[in-house]
Amino acid sequence: MERLIPQKYQQGLINYQNKMASVLPEEMVLNLGPQHPSTHGVLRLELITDGEIVKEVIPHLGYLHRCFEKHGEALNYAQIIPYTDRMDYLASMNNNHAYVMGVERMLGIENDIPKRVEYIRVLVCELNRIASHLIAIGTYGIDIGAFTPFLWCFRDREHIMNMLEWASGARMLYNYIWVGGLFYDIPVGFEERCKEFVDYFKPKLKELNELLTDNQIFISRTANVGILPLDVAINYGCSGPMLRGSGLKYDLRRVDEYSVYPELDFEVAYAKGEIGTVGDCWNRYQVRVVEVEESLKIIEQCVEKLTKEHKRTKEFDPRALCPKKTTPKAQDFYVRAENPKGEIGFYFIADGRSDKPFRIKSRGPSFCNLSVLPAISKNVMIADLIAIIGSLDIVLGEVDR
Amino acid sequence: MIFDTVKQLLRQKFGADVIVAEEAEQKQPALIIKADLIDEVCLFLRDHPETWFDFLSCLSGVDYGVEKQQFGVVYHLSSIIKKHTIVLKVIASNDRSEENLPTFKSISAVYKAADWHEREAFDMLGIYFENHPDLRRILLPDDWEGFPLRKDYKNAESYHNIKIDL
Repeated sequence: MERLIPQKYQQGLINYQNKMASVLPEEMVLNLGPQHPSTHGVLRLELITDGEIVKEVIPHLGYLHRCFEKHGEALNYAQIIPYTDRMDYLASMNNNHAYVMGVERMLGIENDIPKRVEYIRVLVCELNRIASHLIAIGTYGIDIGAFTPFLWCFRDREHIMNMLEWASGARMLYNYIWVGGLFYDIPVGFEERCKEFVDYFKPKLKELNELLTDNQIFISRTANVGILPLDVAINYGCSGPMLRGSGLKYDLRRVDEYSVYPELDFEVAYAKGEIGTVGDCWNRYQVRVVEVEESLKIIEQCVEKLTKEHKRTKEFDPRALCPKKTTPKAQDFYVRAENPKGEIGFYFIADGRSDKPFRIKSRGPSFCNLSVLPAISKNVMIADLIAIIGSLDIVLGEVDR
Repeated sequence: MIFDTVKQLLRQKFGADVIVAEEAEQKQPALIIKADLIDEVCLFLRDHPETWFDFLSCLSGVDYGVEKQQFGVVYHLSSIIKKHTIVLKVIASNDRSEENLPTFKSISAVYKAADWHEREAFDMLGIYFENHPDLRRILLPDDWEGFPLRKDYKNAESYHNIKIDL
């Protein structure tokens, strides 16, 4: 006997079924995904189309649901870190950093963390931010039909992957940033390699810009497509490059001033509408390109600090502050941080007795960014819909968690 | 401090009983709001020039445990212009039966961001939101049995005759 939700609570499902049953004869229901390459993972969209025009988009999620929150209630705080890796698997360092910051603040040890640890954290996070944006840029090119930038981006991303593998032992899912410190100090020679990478990558980025950003075909496909007005973006909870692409200079690295970001000099990239309209696909894309440049600046400054002011010493132990048992006092705590995709948030409820969270909820930036898709893709062409999905830069691991 | 300002503004507008309780000692102080008024409170705080909470950071459904028989929803609001944040909570008692879900008012008309978050809370915890435009399961299949994040949830053994091995 199936236990179904009572009828009185199922009005939403009934409305949805009625809507799909009453599609007009001239309209067609088209299923996009979950195995379609331009849905960036396993996103399924149901499109109600009239010819080439998309009348409505109905996203269906959950194909990559791995029960992060349920698992979190059964594991202790340190054991959850690898699970956060797998949320936004293109920016695992940033997930680790946000989560660890939350736990540290709950324990009240956030001010004791050595500066060297903080600089290493920011360094690897910014490297990972570049890697994540390179994927966004490269796959966006391939969505539109440009194959070369995709290969160039993956070639350059591979350097970052190798570096982070050298530091952490894993290629994508690092578990590198720990509560109270780090897994290991960065390997000897890492700083020099960062410098080499920056020198190597700067001209490549210029090349990429010439190839894609100023490409007339690319501009024709993306400028003035999928315009997201600022008030809509805010109301839908969009964050990160989505929000900045709509012309708002808002970056949690500057607003919250967490970690060592206040000591670093970088600009917050936001769309100014040089081409197209503020809030369109091209502007969202361009914000990411500028952010890569800014991240390079941050990496240079971190390397500078890590070789001079906070340089490697024999006594330095990155695990010195890692607590043996993590038992925060009874409290609720919400932590947020700027991921490549936007505001990542973790909401903890600690009961004060156990070393496992009573409840842990994660707010994935891709989840909120994707929720705006039905609103901005009414009456667009199907080909433009692909351009819009690509410009959202979603990772389904984070949408479904 | 914004916490006191919000308290004062809400009492002025909705009367003294709008704030059921407060958790002021916490690192992130929270206000527990009368459940019937949450949508109006959010609208008021969103549009008031002093508070201007225009951004819903996070909305979490919470099951407070089998002994407590309570369910709640936690709202993390922040203001982009004013750069401050606040935590609001609503709590309701419920007997945990699946015939009678805990019910709160939806704020998806105030913040569109709440739409999918409320669907997730419905999906995972069986919290029902009145006046929600499209409340159905979001991450789990429509015919899934039970609400996985409830503390008394028993893991499903099979789904459509497919055995679930853990």
